[in-house]
Amino acid sequence: MAGNMVTSEFLVQVDHERCRKCKRCTLNCGFGVFDFKDRVTADTSKCVACHRCVVFCPEEAITVARNPLAFREHSSWDVDRRKAIWKQAQDSGMLLTGMGNDLPWLNVFDHLLIDACQVTNPSIDPLREPMELRTYLGRRPDRVEVERSDGGFKLDTEVGNIIKLDIPIMFSGMSYGSVSINVHKSLALAAQRLGTVMNTGEGGLHEELYPYGDHIIVQCASGRFGVHSEYLNKGVAVEIKVGQGAKPGIGGHLPGEKIGREVSSTRMIPVGTDALSPAPHHDIYSIEDLRQLIYALKEATGYKPVSVKIATVHNVAAIASGIARAGADIIYLDGFRGGTGASPAVVRDHVGIPLEIALAVVDQQLRSEGIRNWVSIIAAGGIRSSADVAKAIALGADAVGVGTAALIALGCRLCQKCYTGNCSWGIATQRPELVGRLDPDWGAERLVNLINAWSLELKEILGALGVNAVESLRGNRERLRSLGLDEMTTEILDVKPAGR
Amino acid sequence: MAFGDQYSRWRVDRSRVPAACGLSGVISEDGAMIGGDVIIESMKVIHDRGNGLGGGFAGYGIYPRYRDHYALHIMFEDPGGRAACEELLEADLQVQESEEIPTRPGPGIEDAPELRRYFAVPRPEKLAALAIGPDDFMVQLVMRINTTVPGTFVFSSGKNMGVFKAVGFAEDVGEFYRLPDYSGYCWIGHGRFPTNTPGWWGGAHPFNILDWAVVHNGEISSYGINKRYLEMFGYECTLLTDTEVMAYLFDMLVRKHGLPLEVACRVLAAPFWKDIDIEDDPASRALDEALRVVYSSALVNGPFAVIVGFSRGMVGLNDRIKLRPLVAAVKDDLLYISSEESAIRQICPRPDRVWAPNAGQPVIGELKGDV
Amino acid sequence: MPRAATNDRTELKSITLDAGGVYYKDLNSQVRGLIDEGYEEIVLQGVNGQRYIGDGLTQKVKIIIEGVPGNDLGAFMDGPTVIVNDNAQDGVGNTMNSGKIVVKGHAGDVLGYGMRGGRVFVLGDVGYRIGIHMKSFKDQVPVIVAGGRAGDFFGEYMAGGVLVLLGLELGDSPLVGSYVGTGMHGGAIFLRGEVCDHQLGSEVRVYPLEEEDRCQLEGLLAEFAEDTGADLSGVSLDDFVKLQPFSHRPYGNMYCY
Repeated sequence: MAGNMVTSEFLVQVDHERCRKCKRCTLNCGFGVFDFKDRVTADTSKCVACHRCVVFCPEEAITVARNPLAFREHSSWDVDRRKAIWKQAQDSGMLLTGMGNDLPWLNVFDHLLIDACQVTNPSIDPLREPMELRTYLGRRPDRVEVERSDGGFKLDTEVGNIIKLDIPIMFSGMSYGSVSINVHKSLALAAQRLGTVMNTGEGGLHEELYPYGDHIIVQCASGRFGVHSEYLNKGVAVEIKVGQGAKPGIGGHLPGEKIGREVSSTRMIPVGTDALSPAPHHDIYSIEDLRQLIYALKEATGYKPVSVKIATVHNVAAIASGIARAGADIIYLDGFRGGTGASPAVVRDHVGIPLEIALAVVDQQLRSEGIRNWVSIIAAGGIRSSADVAKAIALGADAVGVGTAALIALGCRLCQKCYTGNCSWGIATQRPELVGRLDPDWGAERLVNLINAWSLELKEILGALGVNAVESLRGNRERLRSLGLDEMTTEILDVKPAGR
Repeated sequence: MAFGDQYSRWRVDRSRVPAACGLSGVISEDGAMIGGDVIIESMKVIHDRGNGLGGGFAGYGIYPRYRDHYALHIMFEDPGGRAACEELLEADLQVQESEEIPTRPGPGIEDAPELRRYFAVPRPEKLAALAIGPDDFMVQLVMRINTTVPGTFVFSSGKNMGVFKAVGFAEDVGEFYRLPDYSGYCWIGHGRFPTNTPGWWGGAHPFNILDWAVVHNGEISSYGINKRYLEMFGYECTLLTDTEVMAYLFDMLVRKHGLPLEVACRVLAAPFWKDIDIEDDPASRALDEALRVVYSSALVNGPFAVIVGFSRGMVGLNDRIKLRPLVAAVKDDLLYISSEESAIRQICPRPDRVWAPNAGQPVIGELKGDV
Repeated sequence: MPRAATNDRTELKSITLDAGGVYYKDLNSQVRGLIDEGYEEIVLQGVNGQRYIGDGLTQKVKIIIEGVPGNDLGAFMDGPTVIVNDNAQDGVGNTMNSGKIVVKGHAGDVLGYGMRGGRVFVLGDVGYRIGIHMKSFKDQVPVIVAGGRAGDFFGEYMAGGVLVLLGLELGDSPLVGSYVGTGMHGGAIFLRGEVCDHQLGSEVRVYPLEEEDRCQLEGLLAEFAEDTGADLSGVSLDDFVKLQPFSHRPYGNMYCY
C-alpha cells in the first residue's frame, strides 16, 4: 500500500540552466529539501514554502509553486479536510500547527473605518506639529488630591507603579525555546531603542538579556519555566499568562526537538523532553486564586505591576472585570488570531472570539463598573498594521501587542511549521546553525524600522482626526464607523454604521 | 433599578455571573446553640477570598418561635413590588407575622433595599386545590414572586432558618444583619468574589430554596446542561448564577427523589469510570453505574467546593478532582468546614482532628436528636 | 503593626513578633524590615492565615511560625529556612528556588508547585497535586518529603527533583491517591509501600531502588527525622519503590503534521 497518501503542498523547481551549483540552497533549507548529486535535487514533500532557498539563491534559479494537483471539487470536503483525514488515519495524532488562525473568519478590523476632519474642525500636520504617542500602563488612582504648600500646589496622591512607553505598541510574549535566543535579543534591543517593552513569554529569560530588564515584561505561566525571584525582579512588570489567543483553554507544548542544553538550563527540564505547560496554573482554579498569585508576585517584587494575559473567550468581559478586581494592573487580551509556536489546529482555528469584539466588550464592561482606571488594556492577537493599531486603540486599548508582525519583520514567511524547530530563518528554532542566521543587530534594526514606520502612520491618522495626543483616540469609538457588519456586531462594538 | 430590570438586562447580556469565594460552616450535632458572632469571626480570616461584592450567612434553628412556619426573607427595591408581593402572600398564605428584618447600618454596606420577613404557612384550601404538598407549593410561590414581581426577591424560604446576605464583605454583612443577636445550631457563611456586576444583593450567597442553603466557591462549567436538566423538573434558574443549580439539584435529588445525602453527593461529584470499573463490590458498582447513567446531566463539573445547609445539618463537598479547597475539623460535637484551616482555627484553636476531605467525598454533620 | 521583642535564647540575632490579627502585608513588610536590620531569626507568634510569609525572600534567615500560616507560604522563596510548628495550608513552597520549609503538622494542596530547589519537609499528610511541575538542573535538585499520605496527582508533570512519601501512621487510608506521576518526564518519586497500577499515571513505572537511590534516601530520611522529629525507627529502605518515567518523551507521538 502507498506509504503516504498526502501529496506535496508545494513544488520546488530548480532551473538547472541557471544553477551554478553553489549548493547554498542545500545549506539554507532547514527542512532538508535539497540534496546534491551532480546537480541539485529537491524532495518537494518536505517543502514548506519558507522561501529561504529562493531568497538566497544568487542565480534566482529556484521557484516554489503550489502543487497544482487536481482534486475533484467538493464543497463540504475541501482538499484540506481530506488531507487532514489522511494524516490522522495514518499517524493517529492531533493535527499540529503554528502561527495564528488561518481560517477565513470575518475580520472585524477590515470592517471598521476611521474618521477624519474636514472643514468644521481642522486636521493637524503631524510631521511638523506636536503629536504625542506616550502611553502609561498600570493602575491609576480614581482621583488626584492636591494640597496647598508655600503658595503653590503639591501632589498628595501616590500614582503608584506604572510603566512608561514612548509608543502604544509593545512586543508580545514569545518564549525562549519557542523562538531562538537571537529573536529575544532582537526584541530586547528594539524595545530599548523604541522606548517600549518586550515580553519574555513563558520560557524564562536568558541571563544575557538581564541588562535590558527595564524594557522587559517577564512572564509567569503554568509551567513556571525559568521563574525565580531574580527573574521576577529583573522586569518592569510580571505577567501571569492564563491563556493564549491561538489556543484558549489549552496549555503549551514545546516539543523536545527544541529543548537543547541552553533552553534546558533556562527552563530547568531535561534536554530533549517535551516542555509541558498545562492549561491551568495549578495554583489558580478560581478567581480568588488569581488574586492570591497576583499578590504573591507583588510581594516578591516590591509591588511591581502585574499583567494578566487571557485568551479572548465568550465570557471575556466578566472575566476581565474579575481580573481587575483581583488586583491586576494590566489586562492583556489575546485574540483568536494570535500566533503560537505550536497548537492543535482544531483549537487554533475554532476556539475563542475575535480580539476586536472582546476588546470592545471588556472596555465597556470596565467602564460600566467604573473600574476602567484600575487597569490598562493591551490588545493583541491579530494586529497586522498601523490601521489595526489605531482601530484597537479607538475601541479601547491602551496599547497593542505585536508578535507575528515582528516575526515577519525578521523574515518569517508564515509557513506555520514553528513546532518542527527547523525554521530556516533562525526564528522558531534552536538548531545552532539556524539560530546563527539571525543577527540580533540586524533584527533589532528591522523591528525598529517597522515600529517607527507604524508610529509615523499612527501620527498621520491622529493628525487627520484633528487630535495631537493618542489619548484622544483611546476609547473614542465616535471616530470609528462599521461597514458591512451585521447590526448586532455593530451594536456590540458600540460603533455607528458608516453614514450615521 | 428594580431587581426585575436587572434580571432582564442580565438575560440579554450574558448567561451567568461566574464567582468564586471563601466558605465556612459550623454545626453542633448535639443541637447546642451557637451565636452568629462565631461565624462572622471565622469569615474575617478569609476576608481576602472575597472582594466585598457579596457576603452572606444562613443560620439554622434561629426561629424556634415559628419553627413550623416558613420564614420568608424578602428584599424590595420597589415599593410597588412590596404591595404586589404582599397581595400574593396574602392570597396564598396564612401570614402569622410580618416585620422588618432588624439591621444595623454601618460601614461597608450601602444602598440597602427594604428587607422584611414573613412567617407563614400555605392556605390549606390552596394546597387542596392544587393537590400538592406544602413544600412544592412554597417552591412554586417563591419562583413566581422572583420571576414576576418587579424589584422583589425572596432570598430565604425555609423553616426555622434564615439567609442573610448583601453586597459587602461577609463580616460587615453579618454585623449589618445583627447576627450576633441570633443563635442557631448550624451556621454557614460566604465571602464572594464575583467577576461581574456589583450592586445586586440577591446575587450574594447563600442561595436558598426551602431549607437548602448553598454557599459555593468555584465555577460550575457544566452549568448550561445542569440548568436545562433542572428545567425539565420545573425548576427555573432565574438568578443566572451557577450556584443556584446546586441548591435545586440537592432539593430535587434528596427531597423529591428521596436519595440519601451521601448518594446525592455521588451524583454531583460522581466517581470516575476508571474507579467504578475496579470496584470490588458488584452492588456498589451497579449503584454507581446507575447513578452516572441516570443522572448524567446532574454531574456538576468544574471546580467547586460547597457547604450546603439543610434542616438537620450541613454537608461539605468538593469536585471530583479537588480543584477547590475544603478543610474539616471536629471538636467534641462540633463539626467545622471551611476553605482554609485558619478560618476554623480562629473559632476553634485546638480541634480534636483537622483533615482535608478527599475529592468528591462529602463531609456531613447532622443533628443527633431533635432541637 | 505587630509588637516585637528581642530574644536572647539563641546565638542568632533573634526577635519575636506577635502576628495575632496583623494583616499579611504589614506582617511581611515588618519581617523584611527586620531582616534588613540584621535579624537572623524571626519568631512569629499567633499566626493564623496570613499569606505569603517568606515570599520572595533571598536572605538565609530563619523564620519560626507558631500557628497556621496562610496560603503561598514561602512562594518564590530563595534562601530562608521556615519552620512551622503547626499545620500549613495550600501552596506551600510555590515556585520556591532554595531554602527549606519544615511543617510539623500537615499541609494542604499544591505544595511545591514548580519547585526549583531547596527542601520541603512535612511531618503529616499532604493534599492533592504535591510536587507537580518540579524541576531540576545539574546540582539544583528540589526535594519534598512527606511523612503521611498524599492525594491525587502526586508528582504530576514532574520534570526533575525528588518526592518521598513515607506513609507513617496510615491506618486504613491509602498511601497515595490516583494519577501518580501523570505527565512525569524527569525526577524520581519514592513511595514507602505498594502502589497499584491503576493509581499510576500512564507515563510512569515502578522500579526497584538502585544503590545510589538508597544512599540518597538514607540521607534524606535522616535529615527529615532531625528536622521534623519524626520517629523513623520502623522505616526500612527495603519498603520503598521508585517511580520514574519510562520514556523521555511521553507525548512524542501525540501529534501529526
